[in-house]
Amino acid sequence: MNKLDANNVNVFYGSNKVIKDVSISIKQNTVTAFIGPSGCGKSTFLRLFNRMNDYIDTFKMEGKIEIDGSNIYDKQIRVEELRKQIGMVFQKPNPFPKSIYENVIYGLRIQGIKDKKILDESVEQSLKQAALWDEVKDKLKDSALALSGGQQQRLCIARTLAVQPTVILMDEPASALDPISTAKIEDLIYQLKSKYTIVIVTHNMQQAGRISDKTAFFYMGELVEYDETKTIFTNPKQERTLNYVTGRFG
Amino acid sequence: MSHLDIELQQLKTETMKMWSLVNLQLVKGKDSLLKLDKDLAREVILSERRVNAYELKLDRDCENIFALFNPVAVDLRFVLAVLKINNNLERSGDIVEGIAKFVLNVDSNFDTKLLEITRVVEMYAAANNMMETVLEAFDKEDTSLARKVFQQDELLDDINIKANAIIADYIRNHPDNIDATLYLLSIIRKLERVGDQAKNMAEEIIFYIEAKVLKHRSKIEKNKE
Repeated sequence: MNKLDANNVNVFYGSNKVIKDVSISIKQNTVTAFIGPSGCGKSTFLRLFNRMNDYIDTFKMEGKIEIDGSNIYDKQIRVEELRKQIGMVFQKPNPFPKSIYENVIYGLRIQGIKDKKILDESVEQSLKQAALWDEVKDKLKDSALALSGGQQQRLCIARTLAVQPTVILMDEPASALDPISTAKIEDLIYQLKSKYTIVIVTHNMQQAGRISDKTAFFYMGELVEYDETKTIFTNPKQERTLNYVTGRFG
Repeated sequence: MSHLDIELQQLKTETMKMWSLVNLQLVKGKDSLLKLDKDLAREVILSERRVNAYELKLDRDCENIFALFNPVAVDLRFVLAVLKINNNLERSGDIVEGIAKFVLNVDSNFDTKLLEITRVVEMYAAANNMMETVLEAFDKEDTSLARKVFQQDELLDDINIKANAIIADYIRNHPDNIDATLYLLSIIRKLERVGDQAKNMAEEIIFYIEAKVLKHRSKIEKNKE
């Protein structure tokens, strides 16, 4: 079964149709990259999977988004529960002005977990998974804001992992980072896919090539092409995809 | 290990598998020649398909690495080198297949005296040895080992140059055995090409590790570099 399914999805901001009849299926334990020029709808589409667009007043959606076969826009779905399952990492690292330790367990505290042993274990495990443990294990009580940008982003990933999601959505997670931090995040994504299903929006086509199994190219709200990343970058079927990946766009 | 490192390591492993197959083909080709073993020659001809399949796979792997990872510097040179080594290996495979076809087609045994005076057996062993040396150099990333091949190739060139006169002389004295003798001359020519392929591969190894281009340089220049 697919982990994520979108069926005939249309999204409107007011009268403006920003996603046009998009259907896509994403398998478990894969990395899927959404690429496309600015304003093509890729971030809007990504945010449908954890209902982040719900906060926009003029947002309206048609169609169906399913996770493990259940419709996440169903009225009975509790959004907080959904977001435990679907973590998200944003473009700009957004740690809270708290210690590294408190940042990681923030989600667990909200869930009411107080057992120090559980919290300690979660901090260690999440930071290890986010490839940050060795760098911060001796300063867990220090402010997260003292970390470098790349470390902060890995901390945000650790914070996401701590609540044990099954899907991680990433919206340009490395675009504000230098090449070394970017490489670390990319290696991390590559390692995390054995446990999680990852969907990543990226402006960096090379990044999509390096880390993803499948790539979806969006243009003006349409899903133009969705295929194996190898195919998208060596022999795309659609001319618009070819023009985009070869930089001959417009 | 980064994702690219893993891909490059896999590419190296696959290249070495193809290389070992080609070297095995060369050894079998030699045995089939020495024993005039036509069954073994047929086996070599059949296995050539596997070499071709490897070539296509490595081409595709390199294409994917270029397209997906945009390698730079030593990584870029490595993939470029593999792409060319792949070509050299496939050509070597074709050469052995050609030798096996001669063995299959020849009607009479090769005169052992002729084998001796042309030094073809020695030449074949040297060609196989060169291929083994370059493979080891590739595996260990050892350019001094790769450079050894340039000297080893001199023996092949020497035997090849002298072959014409020896064979012409032999034909004059043994006009009844011309077919087999001409096949042998063709085999010597082919072995000389194996040496060239090994040398090209050694140049590619030096190119990717040291970023030095040794192509089209004289032997003396190559040995100095």
